[in-house]
Amino acid sequence: MSKDLIEQIVNNVLQGRRNKDDEGIEEGMTGDPGVAELVQKALDSGTDTNDILLNGLSRGMELVGEKYETGEYFIPDMLTAAEAVEEGMKVMEPHLVKGEGGSGKGKVVMATVEKDLHDIGKNLVSIMLKGAGFTVVDLGIDVPAARIAEAAEEEGAGLVGLSALLNTTMSNMGDVVKELEQKGLRDKVKVLIGGAPTSEDFAKEIGADSYGKDAFAAIREAEKLLK
Amino acid sequence: MSERGIVVHKPYARLSREQMEMIDKASLDLLENPGILCYHEESVTMLEKAGATAKATREGEHDAWWVSIPAKVVKQALDTVPATVTLGARNPENKVILEAEGNRVHFGSGSETNYWLEVKPEKFTSTEDGRERVLPIMKRNRGSLEYLCRSAHLSEQLENLDFFIRNVNVQDTDVTTENKDVNVFFAALNNITKPVVSGVADFDQLEQVVKMAEIIVGGRDELVKNPVVSFITSVVKSPLQIVAETAEKLIAIARLGLPVVISTSPQGGSTAPIDEVGMVAQVNAEALAGITINQLANPGAPVIYGAVPVRARMDDLHDMYGVPEFCHYNMDCAQMARYYKVPCYSTAGVGDAKVPGIQASVEKMYTYTAVPFAAPGLVHYAFGLLDKTQTFSPEQAVLDNHKIGMAKFLHRESGITEEAIERTKKTVQEVMHSPYRMYARYARGMLRRGEIFGGFPFEGESEDQDQTLLNVHEHLKELEAREPQYLSEDVCKEIFDKIPGLLPRLNPYK
Repeated sequence: MSKDLIEQIVNNVLQGRRNKDDEGIEEGMTGDPGVAELVQKALDSGTDTNDILLNGLSRGMELVGEKYETGEYFIPDMLTAAEAVEEGMKVMEPHLVKGEGGSGKGKVVMATVEKDLHDIGKNLVSIMLKGAGFTVVDLGIDVPAARIAEAAEEEGAGLVGLSALLNTTMSNMGDVVKELEQKGLRDKVKVLIGGAPTSEDFAKEIGADSYGKDAFAAIREAEKLLK
Repeated sequence: MSERGIVVHKPYARLSREQMEMIDKASLDLLENPGILCYHEESVTMLEKAGATAKATREGEHDAWWVSIPAKVVKQALDTVPATVTLGARNPENKVILEAEGNRVHFGSGSETNYWLEVKPEKFTSTEDGRERVLPIMKRNRGSLEYLCRSAHLSEQLENLDFFIRNVNVQDTDVTTENKDVNVFFAALNNITKPVVSGVADFDQLEQVVKMAEIIVGGRDELVKNPVVSFITSVVKSPLQIVAETAEKLIAIARLGLPVVISTSPQGGSTAPIDEVGMVAQVNAEALAGITINQLANPGAPVIYGAVPVRARMDDLHDMYGVPEFCHYNMDCAQMARYYKVPCYSTAGVGDAKVPGIQASVEKMYTYTAVPFAAPGLVHYAFGLLDKTQTFSPEQAVLDNHKIGMAKFLHRESGITEEAIERTKKTVQEVMHSPYRMYARYARGMLRRGEIFGGFPFEGESEDQDQTLLNVHEHLKELEAREPQYLSEDVCKEIFDKIPGLLPRLNPYK
């Protein structure tokens, strides 16, 4: 029974179905239980939370990643799957013992830097990070450096993810690094940057720890930095 | 009803009704004065019998006649033209049904190029940065029967190719005037199950070609119902001259009741006026002259208005395809064919560039996008043609197949309905109340249903080199490795037993 439920969770992550109202990739799934309902059912039946997390939600996302690599899946498939995992995590949250996957792979504060209103890239990374098992605190767009550093401290985040689309705003990323240094947080909080005008060289120049050339690279870098 | 091709829902009408009437009148006036210079006596006799007047003359070593064709003769001929013409196919699902007033556009290959361009990837080391790179090296080879078989087989695999006109001029030493037609038709018919449309080089071989087609479909009556071969006759030599040998073929094909394209290809600036009005008035007159002879030979015979007007380059007077005037000429002709209620054969997709790639693709995309807006039933020359139709590149044909997919996609309906509007409002409301306000989830369904264009499959990953051609080359190898759908062994045996002149190396069962 529980094995069957875990398999159903995996399949519904693959289908990107948050709940029973969602359609899947395959026809005729609307109305069937989605990830949220299935996780609840698994918990009700006494399935181990680690089993649900590792063999259900995480396994589902791994398979989604594999399908993306082979070209079978596209970005919308990854995002919908990540959203489905996020819904599952919401159901799981009250049942998780602190330190046993409560913040999953770690906590990340995400923001688009000051004077920049672009959020597609930042949202993409936020959703994917959640799907990959990170806890994400998304501060939104046009966020001053001081506020980002403050949030990192308050949340006890291990990583700050910064986004900028404009070459006029990318320099504000350096201000965030400086703010973290001033607060004495730099040795605890890593900095990952991304966005069209940024580069690996720019990351080094401003003293960031890493650069993600796209959302998938960002997830890989986050996993390395918070290992 | 044919499901191939794409429906253009609201064909672009470049010409007003009044302008079409003006072109019609101008063309008819030209057919009366100066009239046509006809080198074919039987055509002259038929035209005179219908009401034209003819005056004998000599043109060099040949007898010729100045024939003045009154408008009523042309109009009577147009009255008998069937409004629907079917191009048959070995696989009946691949039939192309042309309706004179329909809006379905089909894309096909052609023309007989002299060269086949081979692409071979080779490794080079840069003297600049010392890095090794793979670059496509190209070699032009003379056309051959082997290449023709390969192009027909490739055309079978290209999902956006709807009909096949042979695109390789066969130059094997054992192919002669006396055996060329039977061999090239067999090479095509044995490798593709889509409609085969072609010219006949030698009048004496027409009967054998038709006999071969009859064996394939099971007899004369079956062939008329499912003409797996249709013909192209360039009966008009611009300006306004009727060629004797081609007129003879045109009349014979009409009497067989098989579909034929009246193809006339004046060049603006040399064999026709370069301005739009002059070109269209003349090419239209030439197409009408061909249709008139065809209908006089056999009223009601299936015939297609074929106009291939091109512009001359001003530096060397070669043809020039990927230019605005070409689009104007061809869109106007598609409109004139519709005006006369005759199915239309048009042109798009020739690259003037000599090699496959960016320049060729830009030129091609320009005409793929423009010409089909006028909704001609057939668009030929659409696959792999380079160097003004001198060269066929299979890699470019694969690229063209993708671009034609884009051109077809352009004509999809908007999908705006009451139901869709309600769905949209619901979606926007949902997204606005979701955490990231992203529509990716809603794009996914359309992606899976093929309602979103699939992108560019041949893009490379390199940041300092265009790898498109190399990627296409790899894909071409996969397409060419697919099993051909040959004619059955029994049919091949019967064809080889009954049709003289076929080369044994073409028989796949030997």
